[in-house]
Amino acid sequence: MHFDYTKAEELAAICSKEKFSIGEVCLQREILLQETTREILLEKMRAHYRVMKESIQKGLALTQSSASGLSGGDAAKLFGYANSANPLFGPEFSKAIAYGFAVLEHNAQFGRIVATPTAGSAGIVPACLLSLEEMGRISEDQAVMALFTAAGIGVIIGANANFSGAQGGCQAEVGSASSMAAAAIVEALAGTPQQAINAAAFALMNTLGLVCDPIGGYVEVPCVSRNGMFAVHSFLAAVMALADSRCVVPFDHVVIAMRDIGRRMPRALKETSEGGLATTPTGLKFPPQAIGKQKVDSPS
Amino acid sequence: MTRSAFDIIGPSMVGPSSSHTAGAVRIGRMAKSIADSPLKTAAIALHGSFAATGKGHATDCGLVAGLLTMAPDDERIKDAIEIAQQKGLSVSFEAADLGEEFHPNTARLTLHSETGNTHEVIASSVGGGAIEIVRVDNFEVCFNGNLDTLVLWHLDKPGFLAKVTAILACVEANIATIQTSRKRRHTEALTVIEIDAPPPDDVLSVMSRIDGVSEIRCVNKLEY
Repeated sequence: MHFDYTKAEELAAICSKEKFSIGEVCLQREILLQETTREILLEKMRAHYRVMKESIQKGLALTQSSASGLSGGDAAKLFGYANSANPLFGPEFSKAIAYGFAVLEHNAQFGRIVATPTAGSAGIVPACLLSLEEMGRISEDQAVMALFTAAGIGVIIGANANFSGAQGGCQAEVGSASSMAAAAIVEALAGTPQQAINAAAFALMNTLGLVCDPIGGYVEVPCVSRNGMFAVHSFLAAVMALADSRCVVPFDHVVIAMRDIGRRMPRALKETSEGGLATTPTGLKFPPQAIGKQKVDSPS
Repeated sequence: MTRSAFDIIGPSMVGPSSSHTAGAVRIGRMAKSIADSPLKTAAIALHGSFAATGKGHATDCGLVAGLLTMAPDDERIKDAIEIAQQKGLSVSFEAADLGEEFHPNTARLTLHSETGNTHEVIASSVGGGAIEIVRVDNFEVCFNGNLDTLVLWHLDKPGFLAKVTAILACVEANIATIQTSRKRRHTEALTVIEIDAPPPDDVLSVMSRIDGVSEIRCVNKLEY
């Protein structure tokens, strides 16, 4: 199929031949794949972006803790700090962190989110794009196109590794999300496709080895704070790429490294809550909740 | 495998896990279509990881939300058990070992309808929200809601399938798969037919007049 690729090298070649951005290649590929129009796909992606923004707004408004008691209300605290007199690195920095928190806190209380690429890493891409939009650096239309850039990078990871914490640890979830976000930031700011691919490489390279050891099996600790932190991580990777700093290991090779590390990672650190943070004295206070016998009768 | 951009950005969903929450909603939804509605009680048994981590992942709420025909991104999923109660549907849960042959994320739903009918559905959530129906009333089946599906409860008789397929041929319904299983020769049997588009309503009433058919259902494909 035209516009199909599984490697960043192939994607870069298509971009350079067609004079397209990664987002545009991803969109063209999708038009062929779904046999539909550009307009329908842009609207579908815009609907996702709106759900993302709504999940941030609702997450920021949370004051109650989740059912487990492990999260809730911290996005609001970060947002409050961002709006305080003299926040470190300016208000945008803390807001980006707050937005990453907000999506995961909203998810932990059964709010609607968009898995990007998974539920546990759903805060990173939205936090980055909404930050750019609010700073006046990009329009909503550009944010929607940037989601196609993010998806375009995700295609490569999906084809050569995976997005599953149970298979590859947190690097496969948050690492993937962060590399997708870094590329999306670069293209939204008019960087070249190669700069976007390099941004993805910087983000993923510096997420390698991250394990999935959530307390009690809940997607809350460390997931909520990790989504805030890796939103910022995505901006760091984008800055490195936009500055054309040397990207020694190409993205395709970083993805292979991620897959290799995921395979060698012990099972106890891959979403089983049998190691790491989950089995610390703190973690053990929150054992995974099984379903016991219960009956709920209707009043009639 | 060629992945859609919307497999990577999406789905829009509620809950911490696509397999434990979104998949559970879809299982509930399919089970409700298979059973005779309206439902009076639902006894749900959870197997494997569904039992072990189901509470934290709200698998129980998800299954009931599906029985109430909610979508996987409905924010009322967390309150589904309470809503069921208000609507007069009693639900009960238990952990159960259904056996080695079942996927770790499996649920058995025993559904009693207001008309006094009972049906039992066993289904598995096989990853990323995808599901498989693996048993209906103890008949081994395999379908997943990706296509519109006819389910027929009938007696094992010569010529039965010929009649059914002839009716479908008349309305140019294209059959994708067909599965028939029976308990013993000349006793109860179940036939599952996946088709490319839902048949016109009168097809079901014509089919129900085939000798030996006791019940028939059209289970619509899952839209999400």
